[in-house]
Amino acid sequence: MKTENYIQLDFPSRSSNEAFARTAAAAFAAQLDPTLEELGDIKTAVSEAVTNCIVHAYPDHIGRIHMRLRILPEGELEIQIRDWGQGIADVEQAMQPLFTTGGEERSGMGFSIMTSFMDRIRVRSTPGKGTTVLLRRHIKPRPDRR
Amino acid sequence: MTISTSFKSGRLTVFLAGELDHHEARETLRSLEGLLDEYLPRDCALDLSGLSFMDSSGIALIVRLSRRVSEMGGRLWIENPARQPSRVLDASGIDRLVPVAITKL
Repeated sequence: MKTENYIQLDFPSRSSNEAFARTAAAAFAAQLDPTLEELGDIKTAVSEAVTNCIVHAYPDHIGRIHMRLRILPEGELEIQIRDWGQGIADVEQAMQPLFTTGGEERSGMGFSIMTSFMDRIRVRSTPGKGTTVLLRRHIKPRPDRR
Repeated sequence: MTISTSFKSGRLTVFLAGELDHHEARETLRSLEGLLDEYLPRDCALDLSGLSFMDSSGIALIVRLSRRVSEMGGRLWIENPARQPSRVLDASGIDRLVPVAITKL
């Protein structure tokens, strides 16, 4: 599929980069002229995916997070968040609502929220090698945008 | 994160302003638990009208706070969530555990 525009960012898995990553994603997505609600959904999904890398992929050290956003034809936004961390042994189980290995500080709702705020989600993971989360959201062109 | 409070007839209202993510959550929870210890409220309302962003880290924080308030024999509820936090609250189904009230339009 033809890419109309893209950005790629690499940053260390420091929690102070969570706000940076979602704000950068929203700033890039702004060229699709999304509604405030769509922008909020994009920020939320990116925040969840990046937090997963920080908490689960690199639990005891700082590692590399790669974020790529692409604008595809007809207002399709694709977000890829990739890490080279410890990976997920059972992706299906990790995506169940309330499932977490993160203890009391985590709600186990991260993947559920990504799933409900995005049109499509694909998670590929290899234990010991890392995880790639691919999210898609269609931004509808509307004349009555705010 | 900016935290402010009002306390009236045993009810503590805590106003959160800013962005509540994993980076902010631990410190925010510590502050909120400190406020519960200080005021020992009967009931606690968490006003989210000034919260411009919240992700699932906020859900975990609310669940823990709710447990803490009910251990103290009180009730916790959420008031006036702004638009984005409101969508996260809806998606999480947390209203089955912690009621969400709209007190101002």
